[in-house]
Amino acid sequence: MTETADTYTPRTRFAVPGRIAVSEQAATLWQTATITGIRRETPHAATFRLAVPDWAGHLPGQHLMLRLTAGDGYVAQRHYSIASAPDDSRHIELTLDHVDGGEVSGWFHTVAEPGDTVEVRGPLSGFFAWPGDRPALLLGAGSGVVPLMSMVRHHRAQGLDVPLRLLVSARSPEELVYAREYGAETTPVFTRSAPEGVVVGRMAAAHVAPLLAEQPPGGWEAYVCGSNGFAEHASRLLVAAGQPVDRIRIERFG
Amino acid sequence: MNVTRGFTGRPRVHNEALPPGQYDAGDDWPVLSAEVTPDLTPAEWSFRVDGLVEEPRSWTWDEAHALPGSVYEGDIHCVTSWSKFGVRFGGVSLDAFLSVVRPHVSATHVVAYSHTGYTTNLPLADVTGGRAWIAWEYDGSPLTPEHGGPARLLVPHLYFWKSAKWIAGLRVLDHEEAGFWEQNGYHARGNPWEEQRYSGD
Repeated sequence: MTETADTYTPRTRFAVPGRIAVSEQAATLWQTATITGIRRETPHAATFRLAVPDWAGHLPGQHLMLRLTAGDGYVAQRHYSIASAPDDSRHIELTLDHVDGGEVSGWFHTVAEPGDTVEVRGPLSGFFAWPGDRPALLLGAGSGVVPLMSMVRHHRAQGLDVPLRLLVSARSPEELVYAREYGAETTPVFTRSAPEGVVVGRMAAAHVAPLLAEQPPGGWEAYVCGSNGFAEHASRLLVAAGQPVDRIRIERFG
Repeated sequence: MNVTRGFTGRPRVHNEALPPGQYDAGDDWPVLSAEVTPDLTPAEWSFRVDGLVEEPRSWTWDEAHALPGSVYEGDIHCVTSWSKFGVRFGGVSLDAFLSVVRPHVSATHVVAYSHTGYTTNLPLADVTGGRAWIAWEYDGSPLTPEHGGPARLLVPHLYFWKSAKWIAGLRVLDHEEAGFWEQNGYHARGNPWEEQRYSGD
């Protein structure tokens, strides 16, 4: 028997794609970006503000591709999440960890100065984007908080009243990126050392379960971002606490 | 060329096996999947090929392992710009499955889909002729869940998002249907040597 080749729709168990279209032109075009400011966040992370005159705009959670070119033509390119909220400034911000031996992050942390130019293309991928339309439960660790912070900033800048909560894990208060910016929406979790009176330990069911016990009407869209180890751990906490698998989006930093 | 002031890159020797825009990840094997890693045992795993074929069918774990084994030794390339050299996967060539179901002469493309619902589209020519595998071993050990175990598709000559983890089946078509990342702006084919990263490249 021959089966017909109708449009095939598999039984998708994770977040449905295609909610957010990505502009083909924006995704294809390399643009020159100029560093206009550098702000230290932690001993190992700094935020680089870039002027991108033809930036088409982005949604919180999207990333871009960044390219550095050496004098001999050697090119290094990496994906980075966008930290800033969408706005009309034609500027975007990236927050980069100084990775040991990292040739791109190393350049940013030891060479880059305002006035230097790099190339970017984007924004890319609508999958991890959050347009601010549904309640968002955000779980991040280390620099994995970067795309989530774009969401928090967007939520504030637009004065959205859709529920939003952030659980952010860091090794210590000194390593917590954007520490000064968090408000009542955020619960920090410290894995190595914590302020007086705060428990030290890994993100756990005790952090996640209360948020799922009191979820908003329609439930949460969950966004998880961090190292693969964190992403595996956090996504399993969410599933164990009852979050549907098809409403968990994961961005893993390889 | 838009030279970046003060950027030299890490010390390197010219490597002709490295596609443009890629770097050698060395011993690292980054994990990049947008979904929760499923708890999928070999007993629950199955692989189906249907659509424009003479005899659609499914294989259980044991049935798939009864097919002639095949090994891929070579390189893999991820669109996020890392490449990994000299990897060794064990499994079965897709040709072994397709020779059983016999695609129609009108068949041109496949959609590969996973047990989680992930999809990716491929020209039939990219998964035949000894260019694609169902792989369940990596470096002599069972493939780990986060890398797609118990079994994944392996199409090493294309960017690795085409190598669907937790592979559940192929639907054979006479036209192209964009898969998950392709609907999210990624290139329809994904040839690393042509730098086909995003739609429009």
